Amino acid sequence: MPLWTWTGLKAGKAATRWPTRGVDGQQGVVGMPRLDLKVCRSGCDACANSCPTGAIQMREREPVIDYGRCIVCQSCVEECPEGAMQSSYDWAFGVRSRTDLIWSTALESVDAKELGRRVARSQRRSLHIRHVDAGSCNACESEISALDNPFYNLHRLGIFFTPSPRFADLLMVTGPVTATMHAPLLATWEAMPEPRMVMASGTCAVSGAPMDAGYAGASGLESILPVDVWLPGCPPNPAALIHALLLLLERMPQYVAGGQYGAG
Amino acid sequence: MSTEMTIHPAERRSVNATELLAVAQDCLNSQMRFLMAWHDWEEGVCVVRYMLSRGQNPLFLWLEVRGSTTLPSLTALVPLLGWYEREMQDLGGLTFTGHPEPYPLVIHEGFSVSPPPLGAMVGHGQLRGAYSAPTMPEVQGDQVQDLYWGPVRADVVETGEFHFSYIGEAILHYHPRLFFKHRGMEARFAGQSAERAVYLAERVSGVGSVCHALAYCQAVESAWGIEVPIRAQLLRVIIAELERLYNHFHYFGLLAKTTTLKVGAANGFLLEERVKQLAGQLTGSRFLRSLLAVGGLRRDLAAEHLASTLEPIIDEGEAYLNRLQETATHLDRLMGTGILTKTAALDEGATGPVARASGLDRDLRRDHPYAAYAKLRFNVPVREKGDAMARSEVRAESLREAIALLVQASGRLKAGPVRADYRIPSGQQLGLGWAETPRGALMYVVRIRDGQLARVKIKSPSFSNWRVFPLTVHGTNMMDYAINEASFGLTIAGCDR
Repeated sequence: MPLWTWTGLKAGKAATRWPTRGVDGQQGVVGMPRLDLKVCRSGCDACANSCPTGAIQMREREPVIDYGRCIVCQSCVEECPEGAMQSSYDWAFGVRSRTDLIWSTALESVDAKELGRRVARSQRRSLHIRHVDAGSCNACESEISALDNPFYNLHRLGIFFTPSPRFADLLMVTGPVTATMHAPLLATWEAMPEPRMVMASGTCAVSGAPMDAGYAGASGLESILPVDVWLPGCPPNPAALIHALLLLLERMPQYVAGGQYGAG
Repeated sequence: MSTEMTIHPAERRSVNATELLAVAQDCLNSQMRFLMAWHDWEEGVCVVRYMLSRGQNPLFLWLEVRGSTTLPSLTALVPLLGWYEREMQDLGGLTFTGHPEPYPLVIHEGFSVSPPPLGAMVGHGQLRGAYSAPTMPEVQGDQVQDLYWGPVRADVVETGEFHFSYIGEAILHYHPRLFFKHRGMEARFAGQSAERAVYLAERVSGVGSVCHALAYCQAVESAWGIEVPIRAQLLRVIIAELERLYNHFHYFGLLAKTTTLKVGAANGFLLEERVKQLAGQLTGSRFLRSLLAVGGLRRDLAAEHLASTLEPIIDEGEAYLNRLQETATHLDRLMGTGILTKTAALDEGATGPVARASGLDRDLRRDHPYAAYAKLRFNVPVREKGDAMARSEVRAESLREAIALLVQASGRLKAGPVRADYRIPSGQQLGLGWAETPRGALMYVVRIRDGQLARVKIKSPSFSNWRVFPLTVHGTNMMDYAINEASFGLTIAGCDR
């Protein structure tokens, strides 16, 4: 055992201090594509045709993006003849209202989006999470369990995973909610004490895409549970998860409004 | 018309349902091994196919039974076919007579979907139902307790329900009930453009994104006769081995966690994180997604200097593996834990490190080379004992081999195209592709008509190894269960699909 104690001490701290300072660990990681309407050619629908999940729809000859359906595949970026769809590093896409993931040029005021329910002060510095896999591809689990690795070290932020829903403040759901997982998910929710919160983690949990059609498909949490934070991403990276958790705890601002990054 | 379809990596032989048992026995007698079975409907005619490997022969053999929806079950003869036959019963509406375990598998008891989603008719039924306990062998006796653990379990884990019958510490019987995560992936491919469906393959099992996409692309390339340029083949090796690297570091982190070696677990997970961050810097995706395409890669990667970038990870990884190897408290928990015999591994269909730890010397990268593996040198580690220790030793060796492959492949990169030019042929084609994933053999079979997918079959390594795993749990004890499960390194999404 001294061997491990010694190597552990010698290695020193591996944890980042982000978001206070330091790096988030996501250098180079591509996020949701940005749309630059100024260079978009009217009447062209290459982006909508290229999107495998139907996240881009044409409305009045202009693309309208629902980032809640985006799986970050970058097909639209490759197909757009004008370069109006651009790759970006916008992955911190956690929002408190589902509609904020949908492209809208007429931004509502940020104040209007404040949720009526505020997070209890006691939860802001000590949050316990119960995770439920409702049919994910396991990339989300891989990133969520990475939160406990020494680099992200989630405990430093006062956030913990708990095995029992009885001790949980937040239900973190991944996957589109398959038929067989519907009842166990609701049972877990019922077992949680109030006040309780829900986070839809990953594009599947937000909208079901791309697992929504078909005999075993499902469309995420929208009609199943009251969601407090929506976080699309395929999968959302650990820093995006941390941002969404701190957004929920009112410790970080929301970056996205009306589908536009930096507008929140 | 369908009989004219050619497929390059396999030889096809037609068999009557009545002579199937005898033919299967002949194949076993000549040292062939069954790999998988699946069904398809070609012009409304049911075709059941069995795939076999033939020792040194690089060509796989397909046995085809055409025109029967009721077939004799081969499970008593070839136990590893048990789950494939049950899956065809659940999803295809076929019947296998004389099946020794004739229970539902993919569609849970209490749930149904009508008509069968991979049946003769295209239906639009939805999977519906309510929870009902699975059929279990009746266990009676003094102080026998039953534990249903799951589907929502402790920690951040994938969903599954595990049933234990036990007395005190001793486990009498263990049954994993999976397929809570069944998303109907095979049906999801049907009707999609074969060129574009790579994104779906990447999302069958997230931590296997590269291998799934690679096996899928290779299946389409075999169907369309596409030659992938050499630079793309080397880059495919590089991203596949990077995937192996982070999966194996995760494996050792998790294994150390189950033996309560806290610093060892933290070390493993940190190394995994560093490989994922490197993957993000190199490709824009921590899971190396959105890179593979039919014909090669979607874009070029600057991987020439990968060996020097990897150097700190290589050094620390080697020191980490050595430290684990010197920790008696860790090794004590692995030795003799969860023994899988060579016979059971062969009969029940174990694959990957699990099979190699039980003395089965098989690796698709060497036996049926794909991408650029034929041009690279690597060893395939094999152990005989079949316990958790042997499985972790095989993984450790295979991690070192992955590093050697990364260094070799990046050193051999020369400028050149990364995507082949091709035209999508009209008509109907069959294709077969495979990859040796960190967890074992993965196979994709595709049938394409005029550029659109008509049928996709996915044989995932975890589907094979989950069938084998319970054999190492019956008659063992509760204390060892978590260690044994971690030593198998299974995923559930890959199995459930």
